[in-house]
Amino acid sequence: MSCKKCIESPVIKLTNSPVSLCKSCFIKYFEKKVKKTISDYKLIDKNDHIVIAVSGGKDSTSLLYLIKKIVGERKDIKITALAIDEGIHNYRDESLEFLKGFCKKLKVNLKIVSYKEEFGKSLDEILKTYKGIPCSICGVLRRYLLNKKAKELKATKLATGHNLDDEAQSIMMNYCRNNMAISARLGPLTGIKKDERFIPRIKPLYFLTEKEVTSYAFLKGLMDNFKECPNSQQAYRNNIREMINDLELKIPGTKHSIVNSFLEILPLLKEEYSKDSKLIKSCLKCMEPCSQEICKTCIYIETVIKS
Amino acid sequence: MKVYLEKTNEYKEVRSKTLKEILKELNINPTTVIITKNNELITEDSNIKETDEIKFLSVISGG
Repeated sequence: MSCKKCIESPVIKLTNSPVSLCKSCFIKYFEKKVKKTISDYKLIDKNDHIVIAVSGGKDSTSLLYLIKKIVGERKDIKITALAIDEGIHNYRDESLEFLKGFCKKLKVNLKIVSYKEEFGKSLDEILKTYKGIPCSICGVLRRYLLNKKAKELKATKLATGHNLDDEAQSIMMNYCRNNMAISARLGPLTGIKKDERFIPRIKPLYFLTEKEVTSYAFLKGLMDNFKECPNSQQAYRNNIREMINDLELKIPGTKHSIVNSFLEILPLLKEEYSKDSKLIKSCLKCMEPCSQEICKTCIYIETVIKS
Repeated sequence: MKVYLEKTNEYKEVRSKTLKEILKELNINPTTVIITKNNELITEDSNIKETDEIKFLSVISGG
């Protein structure tokens, strides 16, 4: 069987169309789709400083490689990679070593920020006393540092490696938990409305499935020995992921449909929930944006990290 | 033949002769893996033979 566009052997079957593509056609298809997302949603502007959140995983590594490839030659655009070192032994230390070498090769500045330096304890140390779900506390601390450090770096955009699968899962998780206000913050360009306390987030891999991103990373030689986080316990997300993957197998194109139909209602959600955006306060302790008097990070610092 | 499963870092002996049958036998959803034959990326429709080195690499990211 050969590629539907040429005579080479196919490397991937697309799920949202009956097309199979060979290596070179797939790479073209993939890169064109990223460029189209950037262009359609105006993800990158003149004079942007794009800070790319990198973990050493396939998504953010592919994203860093592609942003550098697409806008790396432009003199008006600056690119910085930002990695968060949670302090997870035998996991993050290995991916940071890979990232240092990869960023050096791409000639991109890499800024590494650690929990230990910022909060006084590594995640491994925090988890000795914290008995909740590791992803809950880690996600709050990581998002806090990404926004705070991107601001310190004077970023105008914070790019993340979220893909179509991630987005479809988030949409369904919010539906199932009746969290539409949180869904209003989704989309290829994140944020309900401009607020200088938040760096706008962009997701250039938004319309590519996890399988497509992994295939691209593999074909481009961007796959380091990627491991799953040893603390990963995202039971709810895993259930939703399994449900969507089962549906995708039975009804190919399901993931695209979930995301595309969501994008049709997203402008209405943004309008509805932007009324509440004035309720975003600044944390009394750290001045970072939050919905309560004290932000979740500061609560974790007081009740978990310092205890 | 033996195939390698990256997610669990193990080799599995399988009876099936085609990739589609192997995926069913191992209860793997094809949307969750990419497949390599002798380190080349292939689709689940590709032909394989006993001597090929087949690997199933997980597409799920770990943060």
